[in-house]
Amino acid sequence: MESNNIGVLMTCPMNSHLEQELEKRFKLLRLWTVRDRSKFLAAHRNSIHADVGNCSVCANAELIEALPKLEIVASFSVGFDKIDLAKSKEKGIGVTHTPDVLTDDVADMAIGLILMVLRKFCESDRFVRSGKWKKGTFMLTTKFTGKRVGIIGLGRVGMAVAKRVEAFSCPIGYYSRTEKPEIKYKYYSSVVKLAANSDILVVICPLTEETRHIINREVIDALGPKGVLINIGRGLHVDEPELVSALVEGRLGGAGLDVFEHEPEVPEELFGLDNVVLLPHVGSGTVETRRDMADLVIANLEVHFLKRPLLTPVV
Amino acid sequence: MQGDDQDLRTQDLPQVLVIKPPPLLTLFEDKFMSSKFQLLKAWESTLPLDQFLTTYAGSVRAVLCSGASPITLDIIRLLPSLQLVVTASAGTNHIDLNECRRLGIAVANTAGVFSDDGADAAVGLLIDVLRKISAADRFVRHGLWPSKGDYPLGSKLGGKRVGIVGLGDIGLAVAKRLEAFGCTILYNSRKQKPYVPYPFYTNVHELAADSDALIICCALTAETRHMINREVMLALGKQGIIINIARGAIIDEKEMVECLVKGEIGGAGLDVFENEPNVPKELCELDNVVLSPHRVVFTAEGFIAACELVVGNLEAFFSDKPLLSLVIDE
Repeated sequence: MESNNIGVLMTCPMNSHLEQELEKRFKLLRLWTVRDRSKFLAAHRNSIHADVGNCSVCANAELIEALPKLEIVASFSVGFDKIDLAKSKEKGIGVTHTPDVLTDDVADMAIGLILMVLRKFCESDRFVRSGKWKKGTFMLTTKFTGKRVGIIGLGRVGMAVAKRVEAFSCPIGYYSRTEKPEIKYKYYSSVVKLAANSDILVVICPLTEETRHIINREVIDALGPKGVLINIGRGLHVDEPELVSALVEGRLGGAGLDVFEHEPEVPEELFGLDNVVLLPHVGSGTVETRRDMADLVIANLEVHFLKRPLLTPVV
Repeated sequence: MQGDDQDLRTQDLPQVLVIKPPPLLTLFEDKFMSSKFQLLKAWESTLPLDQFLTTYAGSVRAVLCSGASPITLDIIRLLPSLQLVVTASAGTNHIDLNECRRLGIAVANTAGVFSDDGADAAVGLLIDVLRKISAADRFVRHGLWPSKGDYPLGSKLGGKRVGIVGLGDIGLAVAKRLEAFGCTILYNSRKQKPYVPYPFYTNVHELAADSDALIICCALTAETRHMINREVMLALGKQGIIINIARGAIIDEKEMVECLVKGEIGGAGLDVFENEPNVPKELCELDNVVLSPHRVVFTAEGFIAACELVVGNLEAFFSDKPLLSLVIDE
């Protein structure tokens, strides 16, 4: 099979370097540019052998069913909650993602958000730009060093967050599906207990049926009016309306959010608060890392079509 | 509150002169109630300062000050009994140290207390500039995410070469933190530090040439004034970032503004400026700059610890005990 004839479907715009490299090697089909998607997929159903998606749109059951020649789904993300894994397995479709290359950036962003929320850099930057410094002084903020940090999910990114947080002399607790006896941090058997014993709670576990809304009213109450929530996982990890009302009512101290339930929509009630930082899903958003992610997607596709083992399959 | 007994008791206490109240005092005055001293509040008097000092401060042995309340030669001359200057800051550039040394006046500061907060802030500013956090937060709050799509990419922190200018308490604390992010640490300081694993550079220009970011953590002195000049900034380069949590005058601000506007350096995170609270308006229009109103040590926890140290120094002095944080000139 000549590679230029291999149809690769790209679900949405995600990275121009990736697009260019895909175009060089394969017949690239851009799903987001067509008006009638079902018609488009039907027309190309026999030539599409690979699907490249990301954390917005990847490969749900409907898409998989529409593409009988689909052999591999390569996600431009580490999360795979937008892929129907059961259906992929059923059809013998390989699934890859981009772990490791983005671990540092996402962990860096978690610390960045903690510092932004506690030390109010975004707010004080606004204070200076608006000329308010000439008329008054900025408020005292909250120290980060030494605060208790609770991490939900101690995978690659969770461990990278822990390593950084240790350098700030913070005691670390964690919750994960099972206790990890080789880890020196304190294990909590429930998220509520972890929240009750943390000043800052970081969400960085995979999104599954079990972890949907893992941050609910009870957890928010346990974290409390001085507590800070940092979400660098998925919007659906958090019961967003509960979070918004807790922040507006002062029942939660602050939040740093890189993800939301209905991106790119962000609850407008948050726009006026000075104890939140709102980011447009940029956890892995550096030139260097996005290039590495793109190269990994390409590499996985190449080895697949050479009938060699996938480099970073979802396990 | 002003019962007769109270007055009699406090009249016996030695006085600590305060010309203008440091923010510490304004926010936490209750922590300055002591059984060892009382405050002589010059700012509450309608008299001109020199008259007030001549009339009331003749026997004053200690003064409490901060950056906003400099202890100049003229003021020292009006305080014939002065033996101690306590400043509610780590910096001492607002005190005439030469005159204090000449007259045997001890100086105590709040060094150490603010190292963590200062270091946390330096790291925060660096991440903010590299990852465009404040700018992206503005983008979201202005409702631009749905219409404009993805925000421009930032630059990775890991693997960056960070040059620390001034490896004192704060500089070392910055280095320790950034190592955990996978940064390579380099430094320049007045003298090489013997037990430190980081490469030492004898001058700032060479440090800048070898660094992706410079973090200014040194004291302001005659030698360091405008030390970060155009040549240093050009050596740092078009992708280079400057973080300043020390004193505005260490950087040639006019040159820095020009370098930023022209793209000769990549960005800056600034907590201090040459003429606070005035900030060059060109900076307020740039997205690759993060501005902070001289606040990197202003946390509630840091302030409370500083209060305790300031009061501790004063109480030690009036009990003839050794000072807790004596400034020793090197």
